[in-house]
Parts: sequence; C-alpha cells; structure tokens
Amino acid sequence: MSVRTASMNGLSETPYAPPKARFWGFEYVPAERQLLHSFLSNQLVLVACVMLLFLVFCAIFAFWIAPVDPLEQTLRARLRPPIWEERGLSPFYLGTDRLGRDVLSNIIYGLRISLMVGFFSVGISLLIGLALGLTAGYSRGFWETAIMRAVDVQLSLPLIMVALCFMVIFGQGLGKMIIVLAIAGWAEYARTVRGAVLSIREKEYVEAAHALGFGPWTIMVKYLLINAITPVLILSAVQVPRVIMLEATLSFLGLGVPVTTPSIGLAIARGYQVLFSGSWWASIFPGLALMFLVACINIVADWLRDALEPRSREQV
Amino acid sequence: MILHISGDPMALLMPPDALPSQVEEMRRSLGLDRPLWVQYGLFLKNAAQGNLGVSYHHGQPALKLVLERLPASLELVITTIIISLILAVPIGVVAASRRGSMIDRASLLGSLIGISAPPFWIGIAFILIFSVELQWLPSSGRGTFAHLILPAGSLALYRLALFIRLVRAGMLDVMTMDYIRTARSKGVSEQKVVYKHALKNTLIPFVTIAGMQMGSLLAGAIVTEKVFAWPGMGRLFLEAIGVMDFPVIIAWALVTATIFLTVNLAVDVLYVWLDPRIRHEK
Repeated sequence: MSVRTASMNGLSETPYAPPKARFWGFEYVPAERQLLHSFLSNQLVLVACVMLLFLVFCAIFAFWIAPVDPLEQTLRARLRPPIWEERGLSPFYLGTDRLGRDVLSNIIYGLRISLMVGFFSVGISLLIGLALGLTAGYSRGFWETAIMRAVDVQLSLPLIMVALCFMVIFGQGLGKMIIVLAIAGWAEYARTVRGAVLSIREKEYVEAAHALGFGPWTIMVKYLLINAITPVLILSAVQVPRVIMLEATLSFLGLGVPVTTPSIGLAIARGYQVLFSGSWWASIFPGLALMFLVACINIVADWLRDALEPRSREQV
Repeated sequence: MILHISGDPMALLMPPDALPSQVEEMRRSLGLDRPLWVQYGLFLKNAAQGNLGVSYHHGQPALKLVLERLPASLELVITTIIISLILAVPIGVVAASRRGSMIDRASLLGSLIGISAPPFWIGIAFILIFSVELQWLPSSGRGTFAHLILPAGSLALYRLALFIRLVRAGMLDVMTMDYIRTARSKGVSEQKVVYKHALKNTLIPFVTIAGMQMGSLLAGAIVTEKVFAWPGMGRLFLEAIGVMDFPVIIAWALVTATIFLTVNLAVDVLYVWLDPRIRHEK
C-alpha cells in the first residue's frame, strides 16, 4: 500500500490503491470507508481541509473576528505598514490602504464574498446544468439537440470572455455577479450530466424499470440522477476555485462587485494604485490570502477526484 | 441588444452643460434614436460587410482600432505559450519518470501554487520584486524585449503549472500502456522509451489543450495588460468599457471569439493529422 510515497497525491491522479484485504479483515471495502481511509492517510489533504474549515469559519463569523469594520476609514492611519514594521499601528495588523481601511479586515470580509460567490454561483449552475442535462439525456430528439447546441455554443467561447461580456451588459453588483458566473458555468454541468445519463440509459435495469411501469420522473431521479452525482461532485469541486478566481479578476478590473463591497479583487486593485509609493502590503496580503484559499480548495478537489474516479485523466 | 442596457453613452459623450437639442442631434447622427430592432438590423447588415461601426470615443472604425492593437496582444500571448511549453514539457517528463522523488514533489507543489495564484496578483508581485525592489526590468509599456519579460512571465506561470500537471499525468498514463511494456521487453533503452515512445503519445492530446489555452489567454490577458500598461486589445476594451464605447466592445468580442474559434479549428485539424488512429476510425 503506497499511501505514504504518494503523500502528494492530492495533486496527482495517482489511482487510489484500495487497502489490502487483511487490513480490514474482509475482502470488500465499502466506498465510503475507502474514501475515509484515503482521506485520513493523506496529510496534505487533511491540513488543507482543516485550513479550509478555518477560512469558512472566519468568513461566517467575520463580524466578530475582523478587528475593525473593513469599510471604516481611519484618516489618521492612512497607508500604515503592517504592525511589525516601524510605523505600524495597532489594531491594523496587516497595515491600512490609502483611505485608512484595515487590510486584514478587508481580507476577512473579502474571503466571505469569494466563498459566497463560489458557493452560490456553482450551486445555481449545478441546478441549471443538472435539469437541462437530465432532460437532454433522457428525452432524445428536439430538446436534446436544442440543449446540446446551446452547450456547444457556450463552451466554444472562453469562460472569462462570456463573463466579461455579461458583466458589461448587466453592470456591477454582487447578485448580478453570482448570476452571471452561474450562467457562464452551466454548460459544463449539462454536458457532464448528459454524458453520465447516456452511459446508463440503455442498461438493462433501466429498461426493467421502464417495463415495471415506473414513470419518467422516478427513473430520472432514482436511476439517472444517482449515476450523475459523482461526476457532478467532482466538477463542482473544480469549478468553485475557478469561479472564485474569476470573481476576483472581474472585481480587479472594476467590472465585478461595487466599490463599496470588501472584495479581494478590489482590495488588490486599490493596493496596486499605491504599489509604486512603496506600500506593498495593501496588494500583496489580499492576493496571498486568495491564493491560500484557492490552493486549499484545489488540494481537496484533486483528492476528491482521485479518490472517486481513479481512472480519470486530468481535465482542464 | 447590448446597446441599451447598461448606460446611456450620451451622458458620457456630451459635456454636462450641453443643450437637450444638441444631445438629440448627436444621438441622431450616431443612429441611437432609432428603434432597437432597426439598430440591430443595421448592425447585422454592416457587420456582415466587415463594418462594426465607428467608435464613439475615437471617431475611427472600431474594427480598425481593435486590429491595430492585435499584434501587441498576440506578441504577449505567443511568448507566454512558448515560455510555458518550453519549461513545462521537460519538467513534466522528469517529474513523471522519477515519480515520488524530490523533483516530482517540488514540481507538484510549484504547480499547485501556480494554478492557485491570481495572474494579476503575480504580475503585481513581479513588479514589486523586479521593478521596484531590484529595478532590473521595466514595469510598464511595450518596446524592447525587457518590457515583455514580466508580463509574459506572470501570464505564463498559470499555464506553466497547468501544463506541468497535464504532461506529468499524461506521461504516467501512457507509461502503463501495453506498447511501452512491449518496447521495454524488446530491449529499447529507458531513455528511448521515455522520450520517443511515451512523450510522443503524451503530446498528442496536449496539442488540443495548448491550443485552447491560447484562445482563452487572449481574453485572459486583459488583466495582465492592465497591470503592465501593455498596449494590447484588452486595454482598448477596458478603456471602451469606461466610456461605454459599444462598437469597440463588440469589435473586441468578435475578434477575440473569431481567433479563439479559428485556433480551435486549426487544433482539431492538426490533431487528426498527428494521430493516425483518428483518421482510420470508421
């Protein structure tokens, strides 16, 4: 059992080696236990998961954790460096920006926005994609053609470009951003779900269900949907960091959330404006925090994919 | 459709003290007073003839403005792709052939950081290190090769990380194939197995991904162009958004989409040419 040598396998596509039979005392190891075992034996994933939970905790309880209000401007403390430098000022542990806003508080509230956007927009595109993918896979004919052509059109354009154009049309706003990113992301779900449905809709047990007189809803939910859960779960884990990054990018460009929202992308953009006057902390720390968050999610996502789908090749 | 939703360009084009009659005259001269479907019909008719309208802001044909900026963007994108390919293929191969070694782990950790860092933030960090602190390289503008290094480098980091993972994964996958075992058992040297048999087969699917990345890079380069004040299409696009210069925005979207689709088509054709197995199917 080469779990230790593949301790980085949160990152690789190392096929998950099921534990030897004698280890568990019986031949068959249920899927959940395999998953748990591979989880516990992988320290990197464990650390990433703990860190992720910590970040989610901080984001939820930002109100109590952040030292000050992220939007409060303390004009006597503009562009103060982090606390360990000479001009640092308590309680601005990571310094302040040009208007005297606390960088650390901005990061904590910003991660909350990032996680919110990632969670909700992936959730919405999942629902849209699941519904349309199931429809396309189950009812052949016109609807399948129509839905899959729409998927082709959307996937033939770069994601960032679709999101940019939508944001230009609809304007700024957190809610709009979530909707736009959801619309930009549904196509991949629809394709994945349809693929999963097609692979089993001709199976004998589905045919048997038909013969037994089950209605289309029962068959869709009980047989087809269940089969699509694993690929959808994997896709979601990969999509969340992508969406978070896209939100930061759009906000950095000034096309995402309004300037009054404490977003990481906006914080980096503001820090960039004062970069040349030597105030590096206002842009570097928010970016580091975002990178840390995305890295944690990526580690967990990679592990999930490896554990659930050992044969899968890496997708882009 | 895009024209009316997010703002009235008149408000930005005309001075605030302009008379309502002047505003109306300007609106008429730009054709913005007509019903939406007439505007759209005219747009389609003109677009089919290669005329995407005149920029409200610059007073020049929008397509010409965008195409003027295209070489700068392509320069950035192609340099980025070349940098990431040249570095990623050897690193990926070495990592895969010495699986579990220090090199393998370092490349995996590095690529994790690479795919997790926002490219625009990498650009800012590069400016801080190489321009502000060390003062080795210029932080903005285009001209000499030195100007190209930081933007292309910061843009390349993400693709580099992605490509390393893909090459490594592909190599590991190919190495389990029967023909590799055959090659080994007939006594081909390990080096030849890795570089001639395995690498060649790894790189075929890789062509698709590299090609698709090139298209999305063109759109993704906007942020890098902003950070480094690179005079490409992306900056033109951002400026156009600032003044709601819709013809330029549309021209940018069309040019980017066209290039993206052309590259993808070229990649598909190339793929068939590279991989005889596809040609002989059916």
